[in-house]
Amino acid sequence: MNIAVCIKQVPATESKIKPAADGLDIDRTGLSYVVNPYDEFGVEEALKIKEQLDTGTVTVITIGPEKAVEALRTCLAVGADEAIHIKDDALTGGDALCTARVLAAALKKGNYDLIFFGRQAIDDDSGAVGIHVAELLGLPHVAGINKFELNADGLKAVAHRQIEGAAEVVEARLPAIFTCQKELNEPRYASLPGIMKAKQKPMTVWSLADLDLSAEDVGASAAKVKLEKITSPPVREAGKTIDGDTAHAVSELVRLLHEEAKVL
Amino acid sequence: MDFNFTEEQSMLRDMVRKFVDKEVKPVAQQIDKEHNVGLIQDILKKAAPLGLLGIPFPEKYGGAGMGEMGYCVLLEELSHGCASTSVTIGAHIGLAGMSIFLGGNETQKEKYLKPLATGEKIGAYALTEPGAGSDAANLQLTAKEDGDHFVLNGTKLWITNGDIADTVVVYGLTNPELKARGGITAFIVETTTPGFSANRIEDKMGLRGSATAELVFQDLRVPKENVLGQVGMGFKIAMETLDESRLSLAAATIGSAKELITMSVDFAKKRVAFNQPIVHFQAIQFMIADMAAEVFQMESIVYRTAWMYDQGNKIPREGAICKLFCSEALDRIVDKAVQIHGGNGFMGEHPVERFYRDSRVNRIFEGTSEVQRMVIAEDVLKKGSY
Repeated sequence: MNIAVCIKQVPATESKIKPAADGLDIDRTGLSYVVNPYDEFGVEEALKIKEQLDTGTVTVITIGPEKAVEALRTCLAVGADEAIHIKDDALTGGDALCTARVLAAALKKGNYDLIFFGRQAIDDDSGAVGIHVAELLGLPHVAGINKFELNADGLKAVAHRQIEGAAEVVEARLPAIFTCQKELNEPRYASLPGIMKAKQKPMTVWSLADLDLSAEDVGASAAKVKLEKITSPPVREAGKTIDGDTAHAVSELVRLLHEEAKVL
Repeated sequence: MDFNFTEEQSMLRDMVRKFVDKEVKPVAQQIDKEHNVGLIQDILKKAAPLGLLGIPFPEKYGGAGMGEMGYCVLLEELSHGCASTSVTIGAHIGLAGMSIFLGGNETQKEKYLKPLATGEKIGAYALTEPGAGSDAANLQLTAKEDGDHFVLNGTKLWITNGDIADTVVVYGLTNPELKARGGITAFIVETTTPGFSANRIEDKMGLRGSATAELVFQDLRVPKENVLGQVGMGFKIAMETLDESRLSLAAATIGSAKELITMSVDFAKKRVAFNQPIVHFQAIQFMIADMAAEVFQMESIVYRTAWMYDQGNKIPREGAICKLFCSEALDRIVDKAVQIHGGNGFMGEHPVERFYRDSRVNRIFEGTSEVQRMVIAEDVLKKGSY
């Protein structure tokens, strides 16, 4: 079984994020980066399936600058077999749909039975790319899964996802796309032999030209969503304590809610 | 000159950091409070399949081939979480495993180093005795030749992993006349051998989760093929092992020091006094600045020395300098950390109190600060110029 996992390199979860001077990006000075935690569930699920079937290939794919190779290498160290790195300066300024177009073109070149994504990247939290790719490739998708089972015949898979007050069980014919939610599995650690072998595993680098795409298809000019500005959330002001007896405090609270907070 | 860690070393650091955050930090207080060696043994069982227990050794001996640099990265990261765990792994890899790696023949490495590197067996290193600490050459445990065997009689004290180990490297006297000049021999002893007994020592200021024991050898017979290197080479093996392990001990202090800075900054930002977070006060900021300046020196000398060691250089002076400086710097740092935490830092529920107790022994074990100064001075004087 050929399994692809689309991953993204994101700032580490504990990073302190602030806007860059131009307000169009975050300040990336001194940030450390990790594989998007939701994508790690996808990698783990792919590895589990490969182990369970005792055959198959797990390919990790990412779009990103030179540095993103670290994220791919981490996935190879954990156990993925090969990696595809798509990098091209023309991708700057694209949106989730642009990203999806690029990944769809890359996925088309492989013959994948199963494609995993994280349910969202923890940097922009859009949660759209996996679903866009499914649409572009005309494949069924199940988003936000927390349990996955491959049917014995290998032609279908059953996935569970949490919905308001219930669990939904969805069957999909393969090839299909699944986006991974917490609780799907417990991602394993990279092993030392894995780390030492990571560099020897195949790493393919593609530009837009290799995917028959151009900046007009997937660059800033193709984006339907434009980033206007990144700002920090407003600083929360200190709370107010109302002293005095209860009757007075309640009437004062009502007055403040009405006149200052204007919520009544 | 290139001061970057390799991609493999960075991935190792990320992986160990994740491991420590998930498997070590959450139980570190419990390990200390309960003197819970069992929890550390559970951690070792999880670390072994990842290859963490054989980091510095070549692959053919079950290791990861990541050298001293890799080993220092491991100990630094482990010490962010729990010094008891770090010391347990340090004695296993850096003392027991390293003695066999440096002094052993191929058969011994295959039979004894490999199971240590894969974590199948646990190792200990037994040099110190009730009457031989800093003056290690004065050890009294006797090893008398008897046919195909040596017969060991004597006592070893404060042996890390002593009562949880399967394999102990024991240093004994084969020729009382020669002592350190060819009279001391290293033996690989399986702890299932009749005549071996170990008594746990519980009452320690720090490192309360690590298993420290007194080992008693009573007419214990070791086959001659378990002599490490050759008869009389023991002291040389012991000292070469310590050169390396002093460096890795210094690496461990870096992790504790960095964790203490993080804890202190977090605390100082939250703690309010005189209507403002105490981090606004210069008195606190200067302490943090001094801590940061020391950590930078610590990591600079440790990784430079680890690099030298991996290039095949001997590091008696440099290892001693790292051990001396880092153990003393950590004590200065942990003292400031407790000061910043105020009363909270004195209370057992706060990890900084554990770090304070755990750090003190670094200036004592594997050669006191005074012994390190002797080693450094001897080397400087021998060379005559700097």
